[in-house]
Amino acid sequence: MQKFEYANATTIQQAVALLGNTWGEAEVLAGGTDLLALMKDYVVAPKRLVNIKDIKELKGITMTANGLRLGSLVTFEEVLDNAAIKRSYPAIWQAVAGVTSPQIRNMGTVGGDLCQRPRCWYYRAGYGILAKDENGKALVPDGDNRYHAILGNEGEAKYVNPSSLAPALISLMAKIKVAGPKGSREIAADQFFVTPKSDNEREYALAPNEIVTDILIPSASGVKTATYEVRQREVLDWPLATASVALKLDGKTVKSAKIALGHVAPVPVDSDAAAKALVGKAVTEDTAEAAGAAAVANARALSRNAYKIQLAKVAVKRAILQAAG
Amino acid sequence: MADYKWPEAEKRKYIGKRISRVDGPLKVSGKAKYAYDTNRPGLLHGKILHAPFANAKILSIDTSAAEKMPGVRVVKIVQGPGSVLQWAGDEIAVVVAVDEATAKDALRAIKIEYERMPHVVNDEDLAAVPTDNKRPTAERTQGEPDKAFTEADVTAEGYYGNAIITHCCLESHGQTIEWTDANNVLIHPSTQGVSVIGNDLAKALEIPAGNVNLKMDFIGGGFGSKFAIDRWGVECAKVSKMAEGKPVKLHLERDAELTIAGSRPSMYAKVKVGAKKDGTLTAWQSEAWGTGGVAGMGAPALPYMLNFQSGVPNYRTKYTSVSTNTAPQRAWRAPSHPQLALITMGALEDLAAALKMDPIEFLRKNINLFAPRAEIYSQELDKAAELANWKANWRPRGEGAPGSTKTVKRGLGVSMHTWGGGGNASNCDVTIYPDGSVDIKSGTQDLGVGTITVLNIVVAETMGIPMEWVKVFIGSNRYPASSASGGSTTVGGISSASRRGSVDALNQLFAKVAPTLGVKPEELEAADGKIRVIANPSKSIAWKEACAKLGSQPITVRGEHKAGNRELSSSGVGGVQIADVSVDIETGIVKMNNFYAVQDCGLVMDLKTAESQVFGAMIMGVTYSLYEERIMDNATGRVLNPNMEFYKLAGAMDIGNFKVHMMTGKGYDERGPVGLGEPPTNSPGAAISNAVANAIGVRVPTLPLTPDKVLAALANKKGGSSNAKI
Ligand SMILES: Cc1cc2nc3c(=O)[nH]c(=O)nc-3n(C[C@H](O)[C@H](O)[C@H](O)COP(=O)(O)OP(=O)(O)OC[C@H]3O[C@@H](n4cnc5c(N)ncnc54)[C@H](O)[C@@H]3O)c2cc1C
Repeated sequence: MQKFEYANATTIQQAVALLGNTWGEAEVLAGGTDLLALMKDYVVAPKRLVNIKDIKELKGITMTANGLRLGSLVTFEEVLDNAAIKRSYPAIWQAVAGVTSPQIRNMGTVGGDLCQRPRCWYYRAGYGILAKDENGKALVPDGDNRYHAILGNEGEAKYVNPSSLAPALISLMAKIKVAGPKGSREIAADQFFVTPKSDNEREYALAPNEIVTDILIPSASGVKTATYEVRQREVLDWPLATASVALKLDGKTVKSAKIALGHVAPVPVDSDAAAKALVGKAVTEDTAEAAGAAAVANARALSRNAYKIQLAKVAVKRAILQAAG
Repeated sequence: MADYKWPEAEKRKYIGKRISRVDGPLKVSGKAKYAYDTNRPGLLHGKILHAPFANAKILSIDTSAAEKMPGVRVVKIVQGPGSVLQWAGDEIAVVVAVDEATAKDALRAIKIEYERMPHVVNDEDLAAVPTDNKRPTAERTQGEPDKAFTEADVTAEGYYGNAIITHCCLESHGQTIEWTDANNVLIHPSTQGVSVIGNDLAKALEIPAGNVNLKMDFIGGGFGSKFAIDRWGVECAKVSKMAEGKPVKLHLERDAELTIAGSRPSMYAKVKVGAKKDGTLTAWQSEAWGTGGVAGMGAPALPYMLNFQSGVPNYRTKYTSVSTNTAPQRAWRAPSHPQLALITMGALEDLAAALKMDPIEFLRKNINLFAPRAEIYSQELDKAAELANWKANWRPRGEGAPGSTKTVKRGLGVSMHTWGGGGNASNCDVTIYPDGSVDIKSGTQDLGVGTITVLNIVVAETMGIPMEWVKVFIGSNRYPASSASGGSTTVGGISSASRRGSVDALNQLFAKVAPTLGVKPEELEAADGKIRVIANPSKSIAWKEACAKLGSQPITVRGEHKAGNRELSSSGVGGVQIADVSVDIETGIVKMNNFYAVQDCGLVMDLKTAESQVFGAMIMGVTYSLYEERIMDNATGRVLNPNMEFYKLAGAMDIGNFKVHMMTGKGYDERGPVGLGEPPTNSPGAAISNAVANAIGVRVPTLPLTPDKVLAALANKKGGSSNAKI
């Protein structure tokens, strides 16, 4: 691990002031479950670490009639232990429950989950976010891409966004509140993730000196939500595909739907097509299946991940059936 | 001549009983110290620079920047300019520094120029492997296979295999070494060969063998990958010397552990089998290939276990050894057997399915082909079928066992296996002290097989005293030499040696106390903490009193078991396993429901540790069947998953319910302890693969049975082509 300066911020203002104007100079340290591994492997090598864990404003869960607020430092375990979230926002709770490691859940934060870096094995081996060898040749297309993207993979980025929380937040139309030197702003969850064009860009819409402060989720009263993960193992394992859905029903008929997929594209995928396929219909095996098919209609397999198209489809179908329950 | 025979069943107090591992509390409480836990005063840390390419020549190395870094003590080149590195991960240099982080930073400061050369790192697609990397071995034929296939009522063709997996020891390879003076070395290694590797180190360092003092109390896994001192062991000693003899700790990082510290060869085969309508197997044909790294891999003995002399006269086998730019294979728990079992038992199950026969019926029909263990297998098949409630739960292929739903199909699969084993050379010193305490010292190791517990059991059983009165000392090369632990030979060896030593020591004690009891020494026996007259058990002397007769001089006797001696231990076991799985046919995810193992290991020394040994093998078996695979990248030549995140192992919730039955009594006990480390590891791949085929109606050809492959097999089935052609 490259030597670095450790700065302990106690206020948001301090934290953002300690961050630089270019990516890579300084990194925000929350639970460290991802960042430390990246640093040990020299994948990121900041000159300064800004610890935000002592910033009180970033902590805490509040639920009101208007919705739910998660401070960015809320741990996965806190979410899992929260019966009200389990009751009112099953999509969020289920996404968090899918991280089956108590160690990661005790340290890992919701802010960190959104800002964690991709698990693409070429990226983690030092070939950069776009996975190119010394000669600039892209490694993913002809390489082992069994865990890579099936949607949104036309460009150079072929990794999948690793956040399981993100699809749930998108389906619930959450907002991500971020703070920078000039104050704070809110970003819609489906706008938070971006696809970088070079190693100097990030996978999310923060400026280098901004941090995530809160996650704001509107009330889900009357909304039926669920997350379904296709995971090979029960022990800590990355989902091969996930889907989160939020449905408003009018009797049996779906009045509105928001369906988001995770672990299938460089960004979590907000699938209008899947939602459209479902709206106006009753939830049945067949309509859920059709929505799943719509979600992957534009999927494009790489050389060895065609199976993920089927898994994404099943995830959507099962999430819908689970939500409608 | 002393009588060393194992006691008869009714006389056994500890042997074969359910006894908890005596070192269990130390291990679960964290008090047990492993080599990795050795932190000597003044400790320095060593790190290895590994080759980043799979085939490259070193043109130049510049270590000057690394040497100048604060905290760096030694930079030593292991393979210098001109060296050809034939696999990614090969060792280039070692750095010693005051802490791990500094050592790792220094590695990155070493500048190397390479000339890169083309590499081959994958072998499943044999057609894609360049001719230079393929070495076909001679075709073997017997009888008239072509004619036999024409005449067969039913034939089945299939493709079976598995990729390379690694040993994945939880405690990575390595050691801490210091020079206690200019000529003497103290080493704390993680090794399977306590009495062996010190000698190899001495030779490499050109010091007398006795100058190496080796200590290892516990080991965190070896599985066949820790038999040698290894280059990193020798280099660790050399850099310690360069650092004024200070202790240097050098264990592999996880990525290196998974890349270079041991792997099980791949094996793939296209198989054709033929049978008569009644199930009699008539012909076998296989074309196999595989790799164990640069040196390729020797021809496997296909078909597995089938004794062609006693039945099937027609076979043809071909094999191609493939050389790849990957680190050399090491013995992996029952070398070749799991692969051979998968290929053979998979092909036979497909043939049974083609015959529309229950696979257990099919195996019974052909049981004589499994000579010389036909009787053992026959008994074990009965027992396994009973445990699994086979009659009620098994359904013909593709029909779905009871409990199947529209999307989740349940299936059962069976496999049989064998292994040799048998006691290896072992020595121990058994001492009876005048105060009545007893100890045993042996230069062996407890790989998890229960060495410490078994030694304790044998001595206590033989001397008729409580186990707590016996102290067991192992893990030092200053104790009487014992073989490395490998090939299921440890319990056979150490139990035989300790039995002999204990009997001889006891006989000396008998000689001392016989006059007091007024009988001849041979008229005495030891039981219940007493020494008593066999003909008149009420005439006795308490153990402690008896020992007091020794005066000031303890009795120390060397117990010796010579390799190949079959008086107390023999070789050759059989086992049967049945897997019960559920397959989600929409996601291709396989889940274990139940897993049954029926196992023979000769005389069971400790039923509880024997069962845990089988449990461990089954866990490993589930893991290599469903999850494990070393994934090599064609472009970079590197391992893509050298971490515990994508090198997937089963967790507790993934393994399902296990039931183990150890075969004991007549036909088993009289063979003495044989060995158990390897055998139960052999069948899981075949049993689980067969269960999946039974559930979904089509063979998933290769392990691990991951969702992509299960879905592909299901898609093929829909398209009409099935692995078993009738
Ligand atoms: C083996 C394994 C399996 C996993 N499986 C899953 C899974 O299935 N699903 C899933 O969703 N996650 C999974 N995780 C990821 C885990 O949830 C994340 O590592 C964790 O949530 C990150 O939180 P942290 O607080 O530890 O982040 P850190 O490691 O501290 O930070 C991660 C990144 O986010 C940045 N960051 C952190 N907080 C902020 C903030 N407030 N503002 C701006 N930037 C910030 C950091 O600078 C860093 O770049 C897995 C992790 C591992 C190791």
